[in-house]
Amino acid sequence: MAELLVVPALLAYGEAAFAYAGELRGPGLAGRLATWGVRLGWLAQTALLAGQAASAEGFPWGTWAGSLNLFVWLVVGAYLIWGCTPRYRLLGLTVMPVAAALLAVAWAGGGTAVEEGERSGAVLAAHVALMLAGFAGLTLAAAMAALYLWQERRLKRHERGVLKVRVPPLEALDRLAARSVLASLVLLTLGIGVGAASFERGDFDAAMAVTLAVLAVYATLLVLRHEGWRGRRAALLNLVGFALVAIVLPLTHFAS
Amino acid sequence: MSSSVLTLVGVSHHRAPIELRERVALDADACRTLARQLDGEAVVLSTCNRTELYLVRDEVAEEIAVETLTTLAGDRAEDLSAALYRHRDEAAALHLFRVAAGLDSLVPGEGEILGQVRNAFEAGSAGPFLSRLFRQALHAGRRVRLETAINESPASVPSAAAALAQQVFGELADRRVLLLGAGKMSEATARNLISRGAEIAVVANRTLAHGEDLARKLGAQALELDAVAAALEHVDVVVSATSGSGHVLSRDAVAAVLRARKGRPLLFVDLAVPRDLDPAINELESCFLYDVDDLEAVVIETLSGRRGEAAHAERLVAEEAERFREWHSSLDVVPTIASLRALAEEITDSELAKAGGRLSERERRHVEAVTSQIMAKLLHLPTIRMKEAAAAAGGVIYADVVRHLFGLGEEERRR
Repeated sequence: MAELLVVPALLAYGEAAFAYAGELRGPGLAGRLATWGVRLGWLAQTALLAGQAASAEGFPWGTWAGSLNLFVWLVVGAYLIWGCTPRYRLLGLTVMPVAAALLAVAWAGGGTAVEEGERSGAVLAAHVALMLAGFAGLTLAAAMAALYLWQERRLKRHERGVLKVRVPPLEALDRLAARSVLASLVLLTLGIGVGAASFERGDFDAAMAVTLAVLAVYATLLVLRHEGWRGRRAALLNLVGFALVAIVLPLTHFAS
Repeated sequence: MSSSVLTLVGVSHHRAPIELRERVALDADACRTLARQLDGEAVVLSTCNRTELYLVRDEVAEEIAVETLTTLAGDRAEDLSAALYRHRDEAAALHLFRVAAGLDSLVPGEGEILGQVRNAFEAGSAGPFLSRLFRQALHAGRRVRLETAINESPASVPSAAAALAQQVFGELADRRVLLLGAGKMSEATARNLISRGAEIAVVANRTLAHGEDLARKLGAQALELDAVAAALEHVDVVVSATSGSGHVLSRDAVAAVLRARKGRPLLFVDLAVPRDLDPAINELESCFLYDVDDLEAVVIETLSGRRGEAAHAERLVAEEAERFREWHSSLDVVPTIASLRALAEEITDSELAKAGGRLSERERRHVEAVTSQIMAKLLHLPTIRMKEAAAAAGGVIYADVVRHLFGLGEEERRR
């Protein structure tokens, strides 16, 4: 029965994704409806995860689809920290369509099922949770980078309606994206550390190599930012890193 | 509406040109003095766009208000008479609410008018009626600004420049500004940026002495125009409005300092015609250059947004006006309600006095409490119904019936 909670969650996220597009015409009802969609959807998904956790013997999100479900919840939860304020509301335009699509994929893959699963170790649970939280932070950082590039382009082109749509200030987007990356790197490093504790010789595979590459790209971004690579360049590098996370990492994960 | 007559007479930018408006314009002290001179409740609202007299008194109020404004207009009295508007009661209240909300302003939703309405109210001779009216007008103005986006977009070139700076940097506190040129346009833009927290760090001008004057006023450092390139490293916004020809800052001069800025964005606002700043600066990374045409296009676009929000604001103002109308109508039945309650208290007191000798102090207090409760409960529903009838414009009839049924006021008439 609890599995059905994925339906309201998905509907609410979908509604939010559409309503954020309405916010592009200017602040108003569409933005408020979108924010409520995010809140209600996140509550429904929280209840779903709670149901899964209560039914499972151990860590219920060990499968790729289950991980995706948890990942979406983390991304939306992190977004809610900023998304509730009108100034940052438009960030939802980049976050919510992705969240809705990923939740649909997780549902199709069986990641939202509420059933008794195999008992899994605490180390694995901690590893998966930390890695997913790290990737959720990187997703948010990428959303901010995309929004930065969009708004920077509008400012450069002197678009007449540049002040009509409430977009977070460029400097704030740049700063928050960098902070999100830093927090994510800490989580990823901890996650890799916890995972490495259970490694055996010969466990190293392509997915791990890509994860380390992701870590290296983002660490480079932070170092370069310190040297003056801010704004547009930082946003582009951020998106390159996210392409590794979103495309290369899943491919290598399935291949290994 | 019958208990008090609210009269409004005024002129505004809609029908009166500036030559006429300046004749009847009054400063704060003159508004205060005039309000005291007019009998009854009076508030005088005078801004660069309007002069309006709000009076609460008998039927001759309109005549007095027209006479006052005609005297002020002097030899333009004839023009004034064609430009005057007059409203009464509900229409006058609605007009004031629209004014306070900025809906009657040249730029819809402009924020300054709300403060001007507040100042006029404080300087006026407002009694209970005008106090209620102006408080509700101020509430309506605040509500419109809170619940709509009408005043969020910039309405002038300087405010558009400041809004763009906020779009790049967020809060402008501690942001440093370089002014090129010490003219009025530079100063107006500087003031707008200061009002949002920015600091004017440097004023550079061809004539150093003029630059120094403005720099002193703004607490900035004065420089000659030739020396500005070096100052670029430590500022966030450059506002340029010199009167010379040729570029004051070239692309290469700006590019030379970008490395030292370590990627921090730099906003250039060129208000001069011919332009002061090389348009190619906009191609540089982290540099945003807006000239006066770009800013005017932004203002035109955002003004259309304000007009869109105005429809929402009109609905809010109409709600507030309706609330005021209900309150005003309830004034018709207030004396009757007061008389009815006084009668009830009188009967209670008189009956208690008759029984006073037979009751102990404790019993007397108990009976007094019980009778008060009975009276309060008995009168509660008629009071509510009378107020409801007043709001629906039937209050006077109800009040007359109640006065007749209970014989209210007959004692006074017999005397």
